[in-house]
Amino acid sequence: MNGLKKKHLLGLEGMTTEEIGLILDTTASFREISERPVKKVPALRGKTVVNLFFEASTRTRASFELAEKRLSADTVNISKLGSSVAKGESLRDTAENLQAMKIDVIVIRHGAAGAPHFLASLLEASVVNAGDGAHEHPTQGLLDIFTLKEKLGELKGKKVTIIGDIAHSRVARSDIFGLVTLGARVTVCGPPTMIPPRIEELGVEVETDLGRAIEGADAVNVLRIQLERQKVNLFPSLDEYAVVYGINRKRVAMMKPECIIMHPGPINRGVEITQDVADGDRAVILEQVTNGVAVRMAVLYLLCEEVQKGKSPTDGEVEEEKTDSRVI
Amino acid sequence: MPDLSQWQGEREYVITNVVVVDPKKDRVAPGYVGVKKGKIEYVEPGGAPRGTAVPVFDGGGLHLSPGFVDIHVHLREPGFEYKETIRTGAMAAVSGGFTSVACMPNTDPPIDEKSVVEFILRKAKAAGFAKVYPVAAATKGRKGEALSEYHDLVEAGAVAVSDDGSPVPTAQMARRVMEYASKYGVPFVEHCEDLSATADGVMHEGFYSTKLGLSGVPSYGEEICLARDLLILKTVPAKYHAAHLSSRGSVDLIREAKRRGLPVTAETAPHYIGLTDADLETYNTYLKVNPPIRGAEDRDALIEGLKDGTIDCIASDHAPHAPQEKQVEFEEAPSGAVGLETTLSILITHLVRPGHLSLTGALALITHRPAAVIGIPAGTLDVGAPADLTLFDPGEEWVVAESELRSKSKNSPFIGHRLVGKVKHTVVDGDVVTTRLQEGE
Repeated sequence: MNGLKKKHLLGLEGMTTEEIGLILDTTASFREISERPVKKVPALRGKTVVNLFFEASTRTRASFELAEKRLSADTVNISKLGSSVAKGESLRDTAENLQAMKIDVIVIRHGAAGAPHFLASLLEASVVNAGDGAHEHPTQGLLDIFTLKEKLGELKGKKVTIIGDIAHSRVARSDIFGLVTLGARVTVCGPPTMIPPRIEELGVEVETDLGRAIEGADAVNVLRIQLERQKVNLFPSLDEYAVVYGINRKRVAMMKPECIIMHPGPINRGVEITQDVADGDRAVILEQVTNGVAVRMAVLYLLCEEVQKGKSPTDGEVEEEKTDSRVI
Repeated sequence: MPDLSQWQGEREYVITNVVVVDPKKDRVAPGYVGVKKGKIEYVEPGGAPRGTAVPVFDGGGLHLSPGFVDIHVHLREPGFEYKETIRTGAMAAVSGGFTSVACMPNTDPPIDEKSVVEFILRKAKAAGFAKVYPVAAATKGRKGEALSEYHDLVEAGAVAVSDDGSPVPTAQMARRVMEYASKYGVPFVEHCEDLSATADGVMHEGFYSTKLGLSGVPSYGEEICLARDLLILKTVPAKYHAAHLSSRGSVDLIREAKRRGLPVTAETAPHYIGLTDADLETYNTYLKVNPPIRGAEDRDALIEGLKDGTIDCIASDHAPHAPQEKQVEFEEAPSGAVGLETTLSILITHLVRPGHLSLTGALALITHRPAAVIGIPAGTLDVGAPADLTLFDPGEEWVVAESELRSKSKNSPFIGHRLVGKVKHTVVDGDVVTTRLQEGE
């Protein structure tokens, strides 16, 4: 077992095919655990993980917490509300104080791009980026890739279209970084106001026409439209967005029959995707969520295993733990 | 290191064994310089005759140039003394070889009345390091709504007017500022920014802002304001100086304006020459400045502008911020970088060494050219000029570290960079002021 050779998971940018492959293989093992009646392995027993969430979140936070608990780690949840951040305590002080309690991993979701990098430069603990502003959401990217691989097989040459507010989407960026590395053909689609400058230099095609974007796609990832963007004139109304870019039955009929439909959630039903499509048989949205817990278990396991690297591989205790987590 | 304390207060002496660099005459040659009663008494080539009556300061083979001039610094006092004071800023200035600096009016209270001008001059004199020339606020409170009292301010000692930190917000106000300032013979220094265009941006809008997921500041944000002002300048004869140019488009606009004979001058800052937006990949807030550090094409255009005279001078835009302000999430951090102590090194490392400019060409950018913009008697080795001199080693390599900086705040974007060129001694009115730095004052 080589380990990830990384102390932090800050993003998918710069991650190699091998590293992504390792995480995905590890994910496959961990997904099985979620099917067991007793959903627990001792892999991270004795490790302390803090979930530091400065932004609201249902699925990412619950997903990380479940992943940590299923690995037998001790978890602490800190959100912006009800913490000293309300008293004006800085991010730096918050993190350093937590570290002083000798924690092993900080999982951070923050509205500012670069916040996890900032912590990684300050702390001893491993830092996992659970979403930093519009920059990256690497575990989401990984679970999207895992889901795609399961459904489509080899991703090289496959056409994946991402639709929505690309400019402000950390999900889009992580997907792009990971999928381009794996050789997929990524197309981004949205109104011109939501396509960031020079994004084609990341190796993607840009298409503002939805029909052309989804034509021949093997997978379509539909991003949530935020109402706040309307207020800053990125589009005139939700109605118009739904008419021009919404994924409805008519649009699904334009796709290849095998094309799958993804969404990172939460869904604005009736805006970027209609009720019937979201609940339909082409959509794999809930599978993404299931995969998400397994991906996060894999990431935490590999990062903590890396930290343990100093131990001899023949060390009985480590061996046993490794065997434990791997045995069916 | 020889004991230089004897040179404190020494008013008549000769500096020998130096390579005299005269940017105005474009000459670099070994020579010696006589100082008397705070003025340059003579500048002679070759070796000094033996047995002079006055004390001899052995320049140790260092280069000697006119003391440097920085027409755009933020000394933060009054109001923000926790970031920098006039005294610590003046110390940082001479540490970087600057004997004259012009300080911007975004203090608290702003420099919009003569009492503040007088306060700054008094503090600078008491500190006794670099000479400080206040830039007055163009509008009361820098609010952009009403003219401040240029007569009083200039009479008290202001050398220019500006709302720097902010642009003058409307075309109408910019016109009035230019018209009124023209009567007092001082330039209007504009911080070119269209606030509606730059909105919530935190770095240059381009490939890297897309990659890093940070909100971008488009180049046209600076260019729109500059273009507006240049159009007004066609109608209203005034002296106009564009501060901290950052983009290729701005350089083009200035070049065209000069071609048409408009009375415009322009500056850029060292961080736009020594860095590009790619350097922000680590989210280092010390590189967060306004206007932002832009792309390679912009940096190259700025260098071209310095070479062909489109850009008249370099000014550091020395902008200290306290560590608790900068060591936060990128989008939360205030914009600004200190620069007095790295400017010479950046010029040598990024302009002289790569062959873009000669040593005299580069030093002209921080001596007589900026002095001419604000009309102060500085930046030359003319006989009778104030003995403001800088002795430096153009070849010494050093790594920028917080511990090396005299400035109260250490937010330099060049920390960790290996640079070439180091100031060794600085003389103000014949006083070797850097000796007092060595005493740890």
